[in-house]
Amino acid sequence: MILLDRVTKTYNKNLGPALDRVSLHVEPKEFVVVIGQSGAGKSTLLKLLTREERPSSGKIIIGGIDYDKLRDRDIPILRRKIGVVFQDFKLLPNRTVFENVAFALEIVGASKREIESTVPKVLDIVNLKGKEKRMPMELSGGERQRVAIARAIVRQPKILIADEPTGNLDPKHAWDVIRVLEKINKFGTTVLLTTHNQDIVNKLKRRVVTIEHGRVASDRANASYKI
Amino acid sequence: MKRRFITLGRIIRTGMVNFVRGLWLALAAVAIMVITLTIILFSVIVNATFGHTVDQIANQVNVSVFLKDNVSDTQAKNFATSIRGQADVKRVDYLDKQQAQIAFINQNGGNQTLQSAVVETGNPIPATIHVFPRDLNDIVNINKFLSQSKYKSLQTSGSPSYNGDRKKAIDNITHATNILRRAGVAAVILFAFISVLIIFNTIQMAIFNRRDEIQIERLLGASTTFIRGPFVVESIIYGILSAIVSVLLINALFVTASSSLQATSFGLLDIAYSQKFFEAHYWILLAAQLGLGILIGTASSVIATRRYLKFKTPKK
Repeated sequence: MILLDRVTKTYNKNLGPALDRVSLHVEPKEFVVVIGQSGAGKSTLLKLLTREERPSSGKIIIGGIDYDKLRDRDIPILRRKIGVVFQDFKLLPNRTVFENVAFALEIVGASKREIESTVPKVLDIVNLKGKEKRMPMELSGGERQRVAIARAIVRQPKILIADEPTGNLDPKHAWDVIRVLEKINKFGTTVLLTTHNQDIVNKLKRRVVTIEHGRVASDRANASYKI
Repeated sequence: MKRRFITLGRIIRTGMVNFVRGLWLALAAVAIMVITLTIILFSVIVNATFGHTVDQIANQVNVSVFLKDNVSDTQAKNFATSIRGQADVKRVDYLDKQQAQIAFINQNGGNQTLQSAVVETGNPIPATIHVFPRDLNDIVNINKFLSQSKYKSLQTSGSPSYNGDRKKAIDNITHATNILRRAGVAAVILFAFISVLIIFNTIQMAIFNRRDEIQIERLLGASTTFIRGPFVVESIIYGILSAIVSVLLINALFVTASSSLQATSFGLLDIAYSQKFFEAHYWILLAAQLGLGILIGTASSVIATRRYLKFKTPKK
């Protein structure tokens, strides 16, 4: 589902590569946790996957799409196939909860009826029923993150990338978010989660990929937090 | 096809909703556009009025052809007809000796001595053809035509009148009107250019405030049209509202302050003509303002969104 082959990303030649010949293979329906200290290269890895950045060298194939052959105008089509949850939520500030989630469907041209039947169901999954008309400013951090998750999953993507989705949340809300991700994974979505949260990694007991200084330092199944 | 209509409908709706939700910012942008479009409209009206005044001066300039006393009425009329046939000539007035004398007496109504001298000397005023040019710059050509030897033989020694002090005066008027006309057009272009820059910057500022929104939509996989469309719609709304308000403002100015404007017209501008011009071209001016507002709004929003829509992926 996700294949990285000796991917290197260098922003500034004087500073050395942010990612150095990283290879990673994620199978469909897998739940992979990526850990690493700040500046290790986790965010760069995710930015490469969402094609916010282009690798300096190496190959990336996601869901059968070879990034080398991807033209700029096809990038929106790629992004529609991947659900992304950002650490800073990236909600549209002047739209309601419902509209934020509906936006993901609007951009693929879904009908009004489709939107009106799908969005409430997804908001129900992330426990936001009754808050459809709230603006992002009126929500707590945990609620905003759940809106972001609802938006990421509403198109039922095959791949969900979550960049430190619990980074700004208290333990209770952090676990709410992780449970939603597990639920989505159970439905068949491949999940790639980056986190700093030791407790979450240890309790999840999933495959853990550790990145250090831009390289894959370890890749272990059913692993615990260890840097 | 159905999806395209759905998307188009969503773009328009989102643009309108964004306008309402960001009403204060939208009103600020509209206010600036109203001011600038009003300045453009105002400069167009002033230019038209100025042009009208210049035309009035230019219309009075003519070349006079004085005919010898031995030229018969038929010869004179044939000459007048051939002058009329010239492309540069707007109007030709032929006055026989008697009519020329009456015209002279009328022109010098206050000078009794001159009048009685003319009568007593048995009408020394020659039959005259007044030639009015289409454009003051055509006078040289007309003069050349009149000075051909076959016509010159019909004229008195000082004819045609485009010579000496009179030539100098006509040349000065021609030069001045040329400069004034160009200055008027240049002023309109300058005001329009400054206004376009101001409007462009206003819309760019409004979009700059929402650049994060554009980038988020980009990350979620929205197409360029889907992201840009609502901004374009919003800017078009700015343009339409501003154009209507600017025309209404000028209208209100003429309705409420016409008499005080007359009083402060510095003797240069014919305010009554301004009002007449505005009323006669009301719908054209409104359409032009709408077109300009929509065009600038669209172009500004397309250019302003472009930088935030670029994929941050430098080529390998």
